[in-house]
Amino acid sequence: MSAPALVMAAEVQFTLPSVNYYAIAPILILFGAAVVSVLVEAFVPRGGRRPTQLVLVIGAIVAALVVTVDLRGTRLITGEGAIAVDGPTLVLWGALLVVGLLATFLMAERSVDPLGDAFAPRASALPGSEDEQQFTKRGFLQTEVWPFLLFALTGMLVFAAANDFLLMFVALEVMSLPLYLLAGMARRRRLLSQEAALKYFLLGAFSSAFFLYGAALLYGYSGSVNFVILSETLAAKPGEGTLVAVGVALVMVGLLFKIAAVPFHQWTPDVYQGAPTPVTAFMAATVKIAAFAAMLRLLYVSLGGLRWDWTPMLWIIAGLTMVIGSVLAITQTDIKRMLAYSSIAQAGFILIGVVAASPEGLASSIFYLIAYAFTTIGTFAVVSMVRNASGEATSLSAWVGLGKKSPVIAAVFSLFLLSLAGIPLTSGFVGKFAVFSAGIASGAAWLVVVGVIASIIAAFFYVRVIVLMYFSEPTEDTASVVIPSTFTTIALTAATVMTIALGVFPQWLLDIVEQAGVFVR
Amino acid sequence: MNVPWLTILMVVPLAGSVLVAFLPKGRGLLAKQVAFAFSLVTLALTVAMALQFSADSAERFQFVESHPWIPAFGISYAVGVDGISLVLIALAATLVPVVILAGWNDVDEGSRGSVKGYFALVLVLEALMIGVFAATDVFLFYVFFEVMLIPTYFLIGRFGGPQRSYAAVKFLIYSLVGGLLMLAALIGLYVVSAQVTGTGTFDFGALVGLEIDPDLQKLLFLGFFLAFAIKAPLWPFHTWLPDAAAEAKPGTSVLLIGVLDKVGTFGMIRYCLEIFPAASEFYAPIVIALALIGIFYGALLALRQHDMKRLFAYSSMSHFGFITLGIFVFTTQGQSGSVVYMVAHGLSTAALFLTAGFLMVRVHGSSLLSDYGGVNKAAPVLAGFFLVAALSSLALPGMVSFVGEFLVLLGAFERYMWVGAVATVGIVITAAYVLRVYQKSMTGPLKPGLEGMRDLGGREVTSLVPIAVLTIVLGFFPAPLLNVINPAVDRVMSTVGMTDPTPTISSTGTSSEGSGQ
Repeated sequence: MSAPALVMAAEVQFTLPSVNYYAIAPILILFGAAVVSVLVEAFVPRGGRRPTQLVLVIGAIVAALVVTVDLRGTRLITGEGAIAVDGPTLVLWGALLVVGLLATFLMAERSVDPLGDAFAPRASALPGSEDEQQFTKRGFLQTEVWPFLLFALTGMLVFAAANDFLLMFVALEVMSLPLYLLAGMARRRRLLSQEAALKYFLLGAFSSAFFLYGAALLYGYSGSVNFVILSETLAAKPGEGTLVAVGVALVMVGLLFKIAAVPFHQWTPDVYQGAPTPVTAFMAATVKIAAFAAMLRLLYVSLGGLRWDWTPMLWIIAGLTMVIGSVLAITQTDIKRMLAYSSIAQAGFILIGVVAASPEGLASSIFYLIAYAFTTIGTFAVVSMVRNASGEATSLSAWVGLGKKSPVIAAVFSLFLLSLAGIPLTSGFVGKFAVFSAGIASGAAWLVVVGVIASIIAAFFYVRVIVLMYFSEPTEDTASVVIPSTFTTIALTAATVMTIALGVFPQWLLDIVEQAGVFVR
Repeated sequence: MNVPWLTILMVVPLAGSVLVAFLPKGRGLLAKQVAFAFSLVTLALTVAMALQFSADSAERFQFVESHPWIPAFGISYAVGVDGISLVLIALAATLVPVVILAGWNDVDEGSRGSVKGYFALVLVLEALMIGVFAATDVFLFYVFFEVMLIPTYFLIGRFGGPQRSYAAVKFLIYSLVGGLLMLAALIGLYVVSAQVTGTGTFDFGALVGLEIDPDLQKLLFLGFFLAFAIKAPLWPFHTWLPDAAAEAKPGTSVLLIGVLDKVGTFGMIRYCLEIFPAASEFYAPIVIALALIGIFYGALLALRQHDMKRLFAYSSMSHFGFITLGIFVFTTQGQSGSVVYMVAHGLSTAALFLTAGFLMVRVHGSSLLSDYGGVNKAAPVLAGFFLVAALSSLALPGMVSFVGEFLVLLGAFERYMWVGAVATVGIVITAAYVLRVYQKSMTGPLKPGLEGMRDLGGREVTSLVPIAVLTIVLGFFPAPLLNVINPAVDRVMSTVGMTDPTPTISSTGTSSEGSGQ
């Protein structure tokens, strides 16, 4: 490894990579804001940190969004082939930023918990210790969550645009490390939260290593980490199968872990349950977008020629993910765990679009991701509001009769559940319809049949929650819905509006994803 | 003049339901009045539309509206009616005010679920029922078909009997299974249409006559047919029906069995037959067998029921067997008879469930036959209406159901003599169980405890009279019904015949397709 590198260094004149800075401005804005955010932690007095950070985070996300919108129509590869800014990238960036903004609102919420926000006042204080009580009493806030959020979002943007393995790996780490930390910062049930963080970190580190190993093997095969060069090499040197097959398999392990596909899904329920609910919302919505974006680019740009090798593998994984996710969700008694298994099942549905390996497959996957992300933000926003004396009431028994106590919130939550179940006139239905039709058109009709069966199983547990909320009388264990501040209200309203709008009038977003076209190569 | 009749018919009840839902709490009476008024307006509009319907128009659909909805998938908001859908819309529009009036006191303030919730849901359901029959875009039909589940689910689950939650979930899961199978077939159909015509479409007119590979056609047919067979329901997909009918309020049961289940049989004649003619013919023997089994299975179980509501549910299952039989024997009489039967069954189900409901409010909500006896002594008017309903259910000549049943059997005889012969035996069992119910509950010595039973009040009589009148008038003079239905059925028959160059239909006298053999 070192010998050819040395030779190259001797022969090749080092030139500054040419970078189209405006095309990657959204990334730079977020990254810059993240750095400033760290400085805010260091220099702004404690009382001023939260407002400063909030202005910074929201300002940076909005600015990045404005630039992303202004970039529409851009279609180029910059940074010496490392970053591709094209239609799909921009649509996914837009989705990541909007959803990230809504998650920011959820994280900024301070009204639902009488003790403060969703995060431990000092993550370093031992759970249950004297210190912790002191910090809580004095009303400390852990404002480091904001730089973490910005770094994670930066990583996701890069992940969605990365056009070579090295940058993709860096982005993977930049997006994952802050998430591991955020997952461990819950204010209540801290041990559960820390356990979740550790599990997420250990398994995530494993999967990153798999990814890196696979990337190295593919580099060994093509002599470059670039996706486009890999695809050209594959066309030029067919037949050297083993190295490629193992490399692709290992890289895919890393990505399938991030989207929580079976059999790499075990971390999901624990992490979703243990993490602070706003972080769960953020993670569930955005990581899925970013990881699917990376997977789509990798499969469509560099491994398109190998389609007949990876589609059977993904068929099986998609089928297993849908069925196992749905079946295990039935047995859950905790709403966050149930939503975690539901998110696994949803990943399987999106994989139907991915495995179609066609422009329709790409467009339908993106549509599904966006629809799912908004609904997810909404579901977790509701979860964060349903509380009893000890914090969020995530046990399903606390949701009994909620429809009587809080009809509006119960109705909104039912809407999200119906959308996840794929009932017509909700965004989830249009998404399912889109991926199913792409799947049938690509010849995977049997996979769609599996998807339909999984939908039926899934409908059962979504409906069960509606039954609990509406058809039973409230008991003394029934939780109450806390009236949130404007922050959560905005996020919840946006999620509700999008879930209905994308269900009843989906054409505008279908147009956007269709006009986004295919990946640049 | 282009009045968007069908859209208005959907918007009026929908607006009514929104209004009812936003009435202040505790104004139960006002909610009922508003709901009733809106349902009457809808009925009046339906009548006004029906009067402008021209039975011998050259156009397949009338009152057509079409606007692009999701062009990316070739989906449009397209509605229109032919004779078949017109009579079913009229049935829905007639039954809703009847149900509201009859169920005036079914939900009281303070009990679980609010009054306004019940009546708002009924109006939503009315809008969706009209939509599902009016849709001429298959996707739009599917959307109505699925969304209808939600108000029905809440109507059963929030306002029903002690086992309501179980019944509601069972209903929903069965229906969702059917709906999702249909979704898979629907997407398949869309992909096929994209492959054949270049652009995918859901327009019914474009899908009729689409050349679909026979094997694929069979699969797609199954997707649609199973959804309809669960909805209708045919044996062996019926087990949700007795539970749902027994647990729901009588009014809900009327809408569920009287109208909603007709979507299944309507879907068979409209979508299965016309879009998949070859597959329909291929599967016809199996479907006919299922229909025959259903006729006997439902009737025999009805004979042994102790609970009136379950009994009527099983009897409906038997009737659905007749309707399906009429559709799949591929004769004009059979299919016209089926459509008449759908209307007739809607009316007789309404009469039976509503009178049973009136009985139940008088005897502590019991629907057990053993709790009744000799009611005709205490409440002769109630018993009289019950008799009319019962006779209509057993298809006594002079009742509209007789017209339907007779035509279905005639059609069946023309096609397969033995099928007609076997089905006729079913009528005997029908007579047996219907008369058994009447005898056990209404005749004989008055059951102790029923002495002070009130007879029907003015409101209750008002709600039953229109049904009884329609049943008898259309029974003696079915021409208005048949004049509207026959041209539509002729079209269905010619569509099925057109794609089938050598029809196996034997010459049927009146149907013009009997050229083969």
